[in-house]
Formats: sequence, structure tokens, C-alpha cells
Amino acid sequence: MRWLLLKDLQILRRSPLLVGLLVIYPIVIALLIGLALSRGPDKPRVAFVNQVPPTASTFELGGTKIDASRYASQLFQSVEPIRVRTRAEAVQKVRDGEALGALIVPANITQRLATGLQSAEVEVIYNNEDPVKGRYVEQIINSRLADANAALAAKLREIAVKDIRLLLEGGEFNLFGRTLNILGLRKTQAIIQAALRTLPPASPERRDLRRVERFASLAVANLNLATDVVGTVSQPVKVKRTPLQGKRTPLDSFAVAIAVTVSLMFVTVLLASGMLALEREEHAFSRLVRGLVSRLGLLTEKVGLAALCAWVVAVAMTCGIGLFVTLDWSRFPLWLLALAFAAAGFGALGVAIGGLAREVRAASLLAFLLSLPIAFLALVPSGAVSSGVYDVVRIVSALFPFDPALAAMDTALNDTGESLLEPLAHLAALTVAFLAIARLALRRFA
Amino acid sequence: MAAPARTAAPGSALSARGLTRRFGDRVALRGVEFSVGAGELVAIIGPNGAGKTTLLSILAGIQAPDAGAVELPPGGVGWVPQQPALYSKLSVEENLRLFARLERVADPAAAVARMLEQAGLRERAHDEVGTLSGGNRQRVNIAIGLLADPAVLLLDEPSTALDPRQRERLWEFVGGLTERGTSIVYSTHIVQEAERYADRVLVLADGELIFTGTPRELEAESRASGVDFEAAFVRFLHERGH
Repeated sequence: MRWLLLKDLQILRRSPLLVGLLVIYPIVIALLIGLALSRGPDKPRVAFVNQVPPTASTFELGGTKIDASRYASQLFQSVEPIRVRTRAEAVQKVRDGEALGALIVPANITQRLATGLQSAEVEVIYNNEDPVKGRYVEQIINSRLADANAALAAKLREIAVKDIRLLLEGGEFNLFGRTLNILGLRKTQAIIQAALRTLPPASPERRDLRRVERFASLAVANLNLATDVVGTVSQPVKVKRTPLQGKRTPLDSFAVAIAVTVSLMFVTVLLASGMLALEREEHAFSRLVRGLVSRLGLLTEKVGLAALCAWVVAVAMTCGIGLFVTLDWSRFPLWLLALAFAAAGFGALGVAIGGLAREVRAASLLAFLLSLPIAFLALVPSGAVSSGVYDVVRIVSALFPFDPALAAMDTALNDTGESLLEPLAHLAALTVAFLAIARLALRRFA
Repeated sequence: MAAPARTAAPGSALSARGLTRRFGDRVALRGVEFSVGAGELVAIIGPNGAGKTTLLSILAGIQAPDAGAVELPPGGVGWVPQQPALYSKLSVEENLRLFARLERVADPAAAVARMLEQAGLRERAHDEVGTLSGGNRQRVNIAIGLLADPAVLLLDEPSTALDPRQRERLWEFVGGLTERGTSIVYSTHIVQEAERYADRVLVLADGELIFTGTPRELEAESRASGVDFEAAFVRFLHERGH
């Protein structure tokens, strides 16, 4: 068998296009996946128009001065602002691609905020030619605006609570440069109660003062609760996330598992099916199997070589992606194991395809036609189709190596909390099954 | 079920006894029996679908018969399939070396050198097979069949894809082999080649061996006069209902 292996390696060496593709493929895919999954530029450039005059950047609310520019700086924590003077300039920057988007802060924003009742509005401009890019800008600016809003809302709440306390407890209040002393509802209630005690029981003022005292008492009780209500309203809805079916795979890592498994599948299936079909295309098959090599030996050699080549490619690709995406390198031995079992499974599928096809071109076409739907089927989410169809999809997926290979890679790359043994055993069983199918196919076409 | 192949009796390089092969309901061979002497050149002729390739495949050990047995010579048989069974990306020498190793030839390098010399391909030894002419590819194909120095060489329609000049050179090469004592069994559609080169012809029709003898005996059997060998052969088949 080693002479056959040497021969196939010689043939691979004489096929520079194929070998070139095998080397370039993992590098290109690793770069693409890495770039796609990395976070994009740390600080995207955003054109910024501040139409608020410098003198009007502060506004007064409830006697407290608020500097809006302090909250605007929240926006620039994760963007690099390109400051421009007009909206037209900002639009041009976005059109020219100099800025990813533009943020327009209108002149009346502080006036609206000063009312304490009206919402202020800012304008976000971005190119929508590319939905991914558009979504990215939208996400960045929305996220920053949410931070600024939260900080501003906290300040407004603080002022509101302070004012309510002043109303309740009394104290000093600054208005137009003058310090006013506010009595407060509690003290008002105490003064009224004291006055009531001094009045004769039949006094006609007593009835009116009693009504004022009841109002003060009611106001104290309810405004005391109002401070809690204001605090709650400043963060009206909290989101609780409850993941179902306990996998703990981050999206990035799962995308890596998919990319590596798909690549491994294509390289292994195409190589194994092509190399077996080549023996028939070159008419060497009949010469080999008349006692020189057993049919099972021939199949094992093809599976072994295809799996080895694809394994090397997939390991290189995973390491390449690891330069861009955070992977748990302490699990590296598990990657190797999962890739080896997956490569064997795909190799066996490849020789089954190669056994059914008489020519390399037919084998390659068949490999593509079979591999793509298998991969897509394995990725169909449970809610996308009816439960009956989903059961069929699961059964069909289980009959081919992609599904267990993806599960093995996912478990190997990420600590999903699931056992690696199950997908490995599944792959081993499929390897044996597809080898048996390939052996039958060879007998049929001998 | 077929009996395993045994060593042929003394004086006979190869013999087949009662070979039968079925593909579903179709019977490809029915009780075919013959033997081949040492250094003999035997042609198997017959119409399309007569069972020629099936018979050679069984003799070569590629297929097993459903009934009957093949007795092989001590040196085994060499096999030359109809289409050159070569790796076009490998050179002539690399192809020969690969098959010498797979055949477990004692000294692969010496066997390769011998076959390059014998096939007249020494100067093309390092050329990729894909760049060779059809005639030279067929020479390499035959040389691979001879690597293990077999007592009998089986050739399946060796001259089909060759032009007249290449055919001439092929038969010169094959003739040299029989002079060295190698028995040759070949199938062909070109019946003139059987008349011209074969010591003996076997006529297969619908899986049955209907004639064994020299080309002249076949002409006599057809009772045709004043016609060439091909016409006599066709007449013979008609007379036998094929």
C-alpha cells in the first residue's frame, strides 16, 4: 500500500493547481473568516455636526445646570469623530466613504431637554448600499446614543428626586442667583398641627386648617413613594435572556466550527472521490485489483491519503482563524482528534462517491451535489420547518458525516458541555458504513 | 462455484476447464475449455458480446468464474488491459517501477531497465506517459504486463487504437516475446491479425467456444474458397447460426 501512497503523492505533486489550491484555500478562508468575525475597526470614523452654539451647551433644569457636551462625549467613546460644520458637509463625507456615518445634533436640543418634558432628537446618516455596513453603523451609533441617554436620564432622575425631597423636607433653593428657603411639606404639616392645637375647638378656622393638614399629610405620604417611582421609570424595561437547550457556544466560535467543517468536507470528499475515480479513469483499477492490492486496501489508502491532506489543511485553517478570533488553545488536542475522525468520515463518503462514478469529473460533480445539501440540511434550525419535516431532516443529516463532524468540531473548539465521544463514535460508525458501500460499489463496477 | 486456480499440467502453459460466467440471466461464458502451450500465440476472435473480454478477465484473475477452473503456469500470467492502464502524470520509468514494486518483483530496478530496453523506450523513460503516442503508451502497457516475467501474457484487443505502422511494431514486439518462450493469448476484432500472427485461433460466439485450431483449419472448416480470411470467418459464423 505504501507504493500506492507514494504514487498518489507523486501525482498530487505533479498537479500544481490542485496543490496550490490546497495551500491557498485554508489561508484565504482563514483570512476571510477571521476578518468577517473580528470586530471591525475599533473606532469607525463618523462625521459629527454639532449645531448647538457653544454658549448654549448648558441648560438649566429644576435649578441645576447640565452641560450637554459632557453627555455628547459618550458618543465618541467608540467612534472617531470627524467634526464638520454643516449637515451637507457631513453627507458628503459619508457619500465619499471618508466616514462610515454621520451624526447631526440639532441646535434646539438643549432647549428641548431643558423643558424636561419633550424628547430631543438627533439625526444619523449612513450609506445603505450595503445592508451589513448600514446595520453596523446603526448598531454603533444606537449603542452610543443609548449610553448617552442612560447617563442623561440618570442626571434628570437625580434632579427630580432632589426636587421632590426639597418639596418634602424643605431646604435652600437657588433661583436666578437668589437663594430661597423652602419650608417643605413635613414642616408645613407640623406648623399646621401646632396651630390647630392652639385654636379653640369651636373655632371656624379649625375646620379649614384641618383640611390643609390632611392635604399635607397625604402629599408627604405619596411624594415619599414618588422617589422610588422616578427611579424605576428611568430604566423602564429590563431584558432577561434565557437560552434554551444549554449550548454555550458563542456565535463567532460556532461560525469557525462551520467554516472548518465545510472546508474539511469539501477537501476530503473531493480528494477521496477523485483519487478513486482516477484509478478507473486511467484504467489502472483492473490491473491493481488482480492480486496486487485488495479492494479494501485500495479504499483504505484513498481514505487515508485524502483524510491526511484535508486534516493538515483544516488544522492550518483553524490555527489561521485563531489569529483573528479568540479560540481556546488549551483544547488544541481535541481539535486534532475531532478533525481526524471527521476527515475519516468524509474520506469514506468520498470513496463511496468515487466508487459509484467512473470518471473524475463525474465524481467531483457528484461530490459537490451531495455535499452542499448535506451541509445545508444539518444547519436547518428546528423552528424553520414543521416538526415532521425537521425529524426527516435530522434523520437524513445523521446518515452523513457533516452533522456529527460539526458537533465534534463545536465540542472540540468550545466547551459546550456536551460529550465529544458521541459524535466521534457516530463518525466512526459512518466511516465503516461508507467504506462498506464503497466496497460494494467497486464489486458492482469491476 | 468455481474451483481455485491450480498449476497447469506439464507441457501446457495454461488451461481452462468448463468456465461458465453469468451476469444475471445472461450467460457470458458456457463451459469454455482450452489449453495454451508454452511459447504459443493464441488469438481469441468472435463477434461483439461473444465473451472475449470476460474470458480474458477470468484468466487474469480479475473476475471469478461461476463454474469451472483455470490452471495457471508456475510463472503466473501477465495482464494487458484493452485501454492502457497507466498513470498519465507519472513518467514511463515511474509507472514501470510502481508496478514492479506492487508485483513484488525481486529486483524492481533491474526489471524496469530490462523492460525499457525490451520495449525500446529507454529514451522516453523520463517522459510523462500523458505525452506519449498511442503506440508508445501501448508498449508501456504491455511492458507492465511483462514486468514479473510471466509464462503467459494476456492481451485484451491490444491493437485497437493503433495505426497500421504502430500495429506492425506491436506485433514485432509480441513476436519477440514468443521467441523467448512466453505464451501469448490475445483477443482481437481485427481477424487478419489472427490469421497473420496467431498459431491458433479460438472462436467464441454467445459465450460458447465453437472452434479451436489454426487459421488455415478455420478457413477449411468454413468451406469457403476464393475469399479472404475475414470472409471465411464470417461465413463460418453464419453456418454455425451466429
